[in-house]
Amino acid sequence: MEPILEMKAITKRFPGVLANDNVNLDLYQGEIHALIGENGAGKSTLMSVLFGMYTPEEGEIFYKGQKLDIDGPQDAIELGIGMVHQHFMLVPTLTVAENIILGSEPKRGLKIDIEKAIAKVNELANKFGLQVDATAKVKDIPVGMQQRVEILKALYRGAEVLILDEPTAVLTPQEVEGLYQIMESLTEQGKSIIFITHKLKEVLRISDRITVLRKGKGIGTVTTSETNQKELARMMVGREVLLEVEKEEADFGEVLVEVSNLSAFNDRGMEALNSVSFQIRAGEILGIAGVEGNGQTELVEVLTGLREATAGEYNLHGDSLYNHSARKIKEAKVAHIPEDRHKHGLVLDYTVEDNLVLGYHYREPFAKGINLNFNNLAEHANRLIPEYDIRPQNKEALARSLSGGNQQKIIVAREFDLGPEFLIASQPTRGVDVGAIEFIHRRILEQRDEGKAVLLVSAELPEVISLSDRIAVMYEGEIVDIVDAAEATEEKLGILMAGGSLEGGIANGS
Amino acid sequence: MEILTQIFSLETLSSTLRMATPLAIAAIGGLYSERSGIINIALEGLMLAGAFIAVVVSYFTGIPWLGLLGALVFGGLFAMIHAVVSIKYHADQVVSGVAINMLAAGGTVFMLNIIFNTSGTSESVNALPYWGPFKPTVYIGLLVVFIAHYVLFKTPFGLRVRSVGEHPHAADSVGIDVEKIRYICVGISGILAGLAGAHLSLGVLDSFREGMTAGRGFIALAAMIFGKWTPFGALGASLLFGFSQAVQIRLQGLGIPTEFVQMIPYIFTIIALAGVIGKSTPPTAIGEPFEKGKR
Ligand SMILES: Nc1ncnc2c1ncn2[C@@H]1O[C@H](COP(=O)(O)OP(=O)(O)OP(=O)(O)O)[C@@H](O)[C@H]1O
Ligand SMILES: [Mg+2]
Repeated sequence: MEPILEMKAITKRFPGVLANDNVNLDLYQGEIHALIGENGAGKSTLMSVLFGMYTPEEGEIFYKGQKLDIDGPQDAIELGIGMVHQHFMLVPTLTVAENIILGSEPKRGLKIDIEKAIAKVNELANKFGLQVDATAKVKDIPVGMQQRVEILKALYRGAEVLILDEPTAVLTPQEVEGLYQIMESLTEQGKSIIFITHKLKEVLRISDRITVLRKGKGIGTVTTSETNQKELARMMVGREVLLEVEKEEADFGEVLVEVSNLSAFNDRGMEALNSVSFQIRAGEILGIAGVEGNGQTELVEVLTGLREATAGEYNLHGDSLYNHSARKIKEAKVAHIPEDRHKHGLVLDYTVEDNLVLGYHYREPFAKGINLNFNNLAEHANRLIPEYDIRPQNKEALARSLSGGNQQKIIVAREFDLGPEFLIASQPTRGVDVGAIEFIHRRILEQRDEGKAVLLVSAELPEVISLSDRIAVMYEGEIVDIVDAAEATEEKLGILMAGGSLEGGIANGS
Repeated sequence: MEILTQIFSLETLSSTLRMATPLAIAAIGGLYSERSGIINIALEGLMLAGAFIAVVVSYFTGIPWLGLLGALVFGGLFAMIHAVVSIKYHADQVVSGVAINMLAAGGTVFMLNIIFNTSGTSESVNALPYWGPFKPTVYIGLLVVFIAHYVLFKTPFGLRVRSVGEHPHAADSVGIDVEKIRYICVGISGILAGLAGAHLSLGVLDSFREGMTAGRGFIALAAMIFGKWTPFGALGASLLFGFSQAVQIRLQGLGIPTEFVQMIPYIFTIIALAGVIGKSTPPTAIGEPFEKGKR
């Protein structure tokens, strides 16, 4: 069988970066082809070339045996290539249906035929099992649904080849499961999928073949049934990678962080945190598990001074930090890795160097009086960039131009370097590659072993289970149970996360 | 009592409509531009240029309708300077707008001198005829508002305009030509500002006067903001501001300082921006140049 799509010897340069270096990729009809590689390896770039967003310096693309000359996404769309971008491309103020038809609107006379649009959207949604609310505004729907809207957008345009750039990074485990079913039903109906991800387990489960990129070069394509996690990790990183870091025996000290009866509202003015209490000892990692939207975000915001609590207590070392400003809390040595790096962690139009001191910029040694000390800023950047392996190694690069995973490393570098007493890490490894995951996990454990307190919020259950000492499960704004990590399993946590209790759940035999 | 009957006379109401017309037309012009993501504070200058060209064309041809057409065409072309500078060269849109305003203010005085050999006021030319109680531009203005609502909220073009002003990269990713949409919208805003100017010089008066727009371009912007970037909102705000101008004329001689009445549109705008009457949020991508490869 001939491949439906072939990319041959693609080379794409950005100023100072060779993002794709002579890369080949082929795709068969009905195939799920995974594209993996470290952060900054060039995956998104290669797919943007295919989708016509970037023009490659060299290389050819063949589609159904014909050489293509793609100039802009419009051409790619017309050929039947659809792409779901790593950062969603949806207009928040428009409705789901409007977003889906945008650019190819059905008309009646001069008018958009909105009834027909909604009917068509619902028809596609039913055909592929992608449930969406066609008349809701995109800004009001959860990310999981936004993802489905993106897929529908591509299908609406008659996509035969679908590119999914890290589609699972922002989804909950349940939503990921749903996405797989969607992908399978798509391939059954003859569509072909290119799928970018950092999660090797997912890759092995869902894909037919896997292509690995490393530093812009194609390392090779393997058949999924003939490979394993270890081999893939080695191909990606170029060395052996520990997929699960070893944890030393915990050595708990006194209670460092004490939270009692904390309550808060969410943005819509509804109760999001309901009397939450926990303690974290020195040298302990407390994991927070829960389906997204059960109060984790608000908890972290209250603890970092980004949201006002309505009641409760919050002490570090016995000193109250309750409803203190974000700056005061930072000065008390509370470090924060935020869940949404674009919203809270970075100023995208600042350089890497400036982002590495953000929030600490007004203090010694980065500032003296009202002046910044540029030598110290540069020195700081020159030390952290290699230490945390931020690529490209250029402190003058704008944060915006870095790949998603490297943006995350900037935040991790900044927050870890200042020796926090209490580290709050929210989705710390979202969108980062296996090598970086290993690195970040190690650093989190180091904090613990040095006698610091760590609060780890993550949607990845394996991550929570392997790193934490104890795990608190949140459901509808409350901590329903705190379990010992050694005794926790994904099933047990799953029951608690769905609002069940361990006695009840187990007694029911589930 | 005296004051109230003065204010709510039929005469005030019809002069409200006359005063509101240029505001509403220019506000709709601003609306197209800003909905597509381009700040347009050049409305004042575009209006002034339109008013001037309308008189010049009517002067040479004797046909006021040609003057009106000339104002539309020239307004559109003049706005292209703003479009090219902000869209193609990614310049600061406020600075570009200010430059156009200054160019128009100086240019009209200069040309007034050359063509009419006077300073201050041009000769009288043939003005637009009355259609019933009003000049045609008043009816056209109302039509412009309804058409804008239809275009922006019912047609594919309008959907694209809104998407380009909110999230240009999303629009680009579905194959919409962001720059083309923006050129068209800035062009429309120039045409409408020209129309508003022609209303002043050939509708209300029959001649051009130096600086005759007298800040109406800015009040139109205020009306657009006060109307929350919607056509009917802009119309409502224009009527309100038009009313305050009409009253101001009535109140002259009644001992109330006109300066107070003149402040009304701006005070309303500040109140609107402060979010007192619901939230007035501009299009998200407004003022940001679009760079294709950027992420
Ligand atoms: N628009 C751009 N301008 C400048 N450099 C860019 C641009 N886009 C990508 N790069 C650079 O090209 C390289 C490849 O980036 P790309 O986004 O393709 O990586 P990726 O494999 O998708 O990484 P991640 O897994 O982190 O998303 C990186 O070094 C990145 O900094
Ligand atoms: Mg990427």
